[in-house]
Amino acid sequence: MPKIVVDGISYEVDAGNNLLEALLNLKRDLPYFCWHPSMGSIGACRQCAVIQYRDEDDDTGRIVMACMTPVSEGTIFSTDTDSAKEFRRDVIENMMINHPHDCPVCEEGGECHLQDMTVMTGHRNRTYSGPKNTFRNQYLGPFIDHEMNRCITCYRCVRYYSDYAGGVDLAAFASRNNTYFGRHQDGILESEFAGNLVEVCPTGVFTDKTLSEHYTRKWDLQSAPSICVGCGAGCNTSASERYGQLRRIHNRFNDQVNGYFLCDRGRFGAGFVNNEDRIPQAGIRDSEGKYDRVSAEEALSHVADQLANSSGKVVGIGSPRASLESNYLLKQIVGEGNFYSGVSSKEQELTNCIIDIMRDGSVKTPSLAEVEEADAVLVLGQDLTNTAPRLALAVRQSVRNRSKELAVQAQIPLWQDAAVRELAQDELSPLVLLTSYADRLEDVASLSCHASATDIARIGFAVANRLNDRFTAVDGLSETDQKTVEEVVEILKAADRPLIVSGTGSQSKSVIEAAANIAWALQADNEQTAIMLCVPECNSLGVGLLERENSNTLTDLLDSTDTISTAIVLENDLFRRASTQQITAFAAKLEQLVVIDSLDNATVSLSDVVLPAATFAETEGTLVNNEGRAQRSFAVFEGAGDIQGSWQWLTNLGKALSREGFAALERIDSVTAECERSNDLLSGITKVAPTADYRVEGMKIARMTHRASGRTAMRANINVHEPKQPVDQESALAYTMEGISGPRAPLSAYVWSPGWNSNQAVHKFQTETGGPLSHVNPGIRLIEPAGNGSPQERYREVPQPRAAGAGSLALIPRYHIFGSDEMSARSKAIAELAPSSYLAIAPETAQRLSVVSKDGVEFTIGNRTLQLEVVVDSSVDDGCALFPAGLADTLDLMHQAQVSLQKAAGWTPRTTTQDKLIAKE
Amino acid sequence: MSAAEQDLIQALSDEEIGEIEKEITHLNGRKSAAIDALKIVQKHRRYVSDESLQAVANLLGMSFAELDGIATFYNLIFRKPVGEKVILLCDSVSCWIMGGVDIREKIKSKLQIEMGETTPDDKYTLLPMSCLGDCDHAPAMIVGEDVYRDLTNERIDEIFDE
Repeated sequence: MPKIVVDGISYEVDAGNNLLEALLNLKRDLPYFCWHPSMGSIGACRQCAVIQYRDEDDDTGRIVMACMTPVSEGTIFSTDTDSAKEFRRDVIENMMINHPHDCPVCEEGGECHLQDMTVMTGHRNRTYSGPKNTFRNQYLGPFIDHEMNRCITCYRCVRYYSDYAGGVDLAAFASRNNTYFGRHQDGILESEFAGNLVEVCPTGVFTDKTLSEHYTRKWDLQSAPSICVGCGAGCNTSASERYGQLRRIHNRFNDQVNGYFLCDRGRFGAGFVNNEDRIPQAGIRDSEGKYDRVSAEEALSHVADQLANSSGKVVGIGSPRASLESNYLLKQIVGEGNFYSGVSSKEQELTNCIIDIMRDGSVKTPSLAEVEEADAVLVLGQDLTNTAPRLALAVRQSVRNRSKELAVQAQIPLWQDAAVRELAQDELSPLVLLTSYADRLEDVASLSCHASATDIARIGFAVANRLNDRFTAVDGLSETDQKTVEEVVEILKAADRPLIVSGTGSQSKSVIEAAANIAWALQADNEQTAIMLCVPECNSLGVGLLERENSNTLTDLLDSTDTISTAIVLENDLFRRASTQQITAFAAKLEQLVVIDSLDNATVSLSDVVLPAATFAETEGTLVNNEGRAQRSFAVFEGAGDIQGSWQWLTNLGKALSREGFAALERIDSVTAECERSNDLLSGITKVAPTADYRVEGMKIARMTHRASGRTAMRANINVHEPKQPVDQESALAYTMEGISGPRAPLSAYVWSPGWNSNQAVHKFQTETGGPLSHVNPGIRLIEPAGNGSPQERYREVPQPRAAGAGSLALIPRYHIFGSDEMSARSKAIAELAPSSYLAIAPETAQRLSVVSKDGVEFTIGNRTLQLEVVVDSSVDDGCALFPAGLADTLDLMHQAQVSLQKAAGWTPRTTTQDKLIAKE
Repeated sequence: MSAAEQDLIQALSDEEIGEIEKEITHLNGRKSAAIDALKIVQKHRRYVSDESLQAVANLLGMSFAELDGIATFYNLIFRKPVGEKVILLCDSVSCWIMGGVDIREKIKSKLQIEMGETTPDDKYTLLPMSCLGDCDHAPAMIVGEDVYRDLTNERIDEIFDE
């Protein structure tokens, strides 16, 4: 470790750091704008200027930019000589020439890096009195507001958007004082990761539009650490509330999972918490079919009576979007044999297969941070951008490893971002995409093929065989496929750290098996091999582990011939799991359908009793992400009305029924502990986060900031006597500003440090910039594959090729980041970008049916005749039809493998959905 | 081919495409020809319209925003229509000392246009330029491809009366 001298003090610092990183790691302050730990240095903003001295006799020194200066043995710097301070102050003064004095009306105010840096440099009095630049702002879609006048031209936005996230529609235009960051014309930002601009921009050029609609300053938000429920990736979020409404989602740094960035589904998809369809009160359906509002106690005693006096079997239906605790409790109430996992047999089979592969343990499952380290990636049948978006962003970083290798060879430090990119030009590490339709990662893919799931699996099996001839061979591959196999084999063999990615997206077990075979075949020669398998929902893997021993699925229940009198459904819209016909028939046979859920949906509409459940924002629980990492989410605020966490409803129901073991259940911690005890696979979930009795210096951890203002006046229009704040008995967090916060508080979701009001303060919470948080554990991996075994082939069933041209088309779900996910689709901003239903077919297919885009097609599923709009898409395989997954009117297509189409008679084309995408002005 | 695609092709002639492709052969990577391609379009059309810019972007495998970022960075790539000849009048310090402001006013009244405007007959567009490197002959300007030095009001009359 080199020794450097800064302001006369000698420090040991990490070799390879630049001076800015080294100083921040020493927890010293130095202002900066353009540097970012994930994006490196370009020396654009001139803000981190310091004086470097030649030797001890040099008393003049010269100005250098800390972010562009490597630390080496014996280097001498000064940050606080007058010339350095004056330089930094002047830089800010220059930026302020055009920066408006609009902090009081700016959404960034109070968490603005520019404000912090201005204060830090000591620039106070403006000497410039001339006119300022005025730019025209753009409409950038439903997520982001644009206010160009505030720009200080640090270039972080384009470096993030284009260089990091691969977006192509945001650029820097013109030069000098006219530099403009935006799109070439008004329109929705195309990148699925555009929302990070809100946090990347050091000032208020890009701000959160969904927050603006009910704006609250950062210091007035009440926040708690949360886990995103948008997909199986389990990104860490900081969710914030004011006046009983969820106001915004910000990234919460976790070095192993999401790092500094979220996807737009995660950031803008939590609006469903405030949806007007929220169920506020318990209801019991009366003889006329209407719901009577009842108190929580009445509802519970009613359900307890029904259960106790039930004539037939009482079953519970769990859910992969509910916490481990809630699923566990429902299972305890109805009994092991009467608990059904809440997903179809198909989905359970896929999840089980993934757990088998992970538990086999011979190949490691990487964290998202490790995904970025891979030097060759093969994706089999999974649309990453639309099913596990944050993983797609990580894979996009992996292709840059080639440029990093070149930089290391050329002895260029990796933080020299512009130099590293210049050196590599277009050289990328290989990425192979074998998917069913065009993928958003194709711009950085070295090879991409579109095929049906069967063909993808066949290619996969063949690759495993070519890597290792102990694995099953595939007969009858076409010449093109054979060529693909050879190319993939070459790529994987040449890699040091190959990664295979697949998942449930293609709805095909063979595809997942093929991915595992490839990983196992590679592992024999390369212990750095990794495999990442995606699951669809935030707790799919958790429920999979909980239900490992018990294979009862929703499909089993629907097919069951037992007399079932009562069903309790936990946070699950059954219409998304099985066909309308099946669910309607099942519900009709029941005497009582009890539904515990947060939002009104088709299943709730069938219920006899509905219990209002909390969303992720109003309760706590443990979720397991797709790498097997258990993480805890905490309530941000108390639910309105009778809303309670599902686990609370179920605990109380168990008590009312005097079920064994329930009397001892008091707090969520005891439920988590029981849940852990019940199942070896869940060992470790109690250690994921501090328990409710955890204290720092005798204090709870504050959800509100020490600056929270106006709390006492919130209800002053009703009564000047402030009600007592709710007392949180379930966690170590408190619903007040009293208590501890900051780097030493493990559950603090509020990133703040003296002088650092913006999210940039996170480096004060880290052991080193970009490194792990010093007082927070990054979750606990329940399955920790050793990655050092000698794998055996487990899967030998190669699927047979699909019979060509039988007149029917194979139905393939196409996922949409905005629209396919149940809960986020009920957030206003996301709904605005969700597609309308369609059926995408190949041009050849369209010709046979004599239809063109915007025509209608008709087909029958079960006893229903459906009509959908046609989209002719040349990336679709002839013989396949793509439908948008998860939309209300295409749900039934999920349970159908094939479909026969005909042109719809009397079809009136829909008015285009593009209208709403145009600027409001 | 869709109507929109046909329009884009008209935004770039075969001749222009040929010249751009030739440039590409001298360079490493298609994107490297961006500036040359813009200059070629400008040579043929005086300026680069949105349609031509999109066509060049497609030809080079770039996004519109990426190419427009380059086009707008350079003040001699014109993104709005200009006259047959562009007058680039130096507004730097040497020309200013030597009476550049008077010359500017003279040109404006002679051509009846403001800075940044084009004459109604589409002959001239008047733009400011920072330093032509001709300070020893200030004030100076470029009209089309020709440099004019030691400008006086009389010289302006002569030049534009021709």
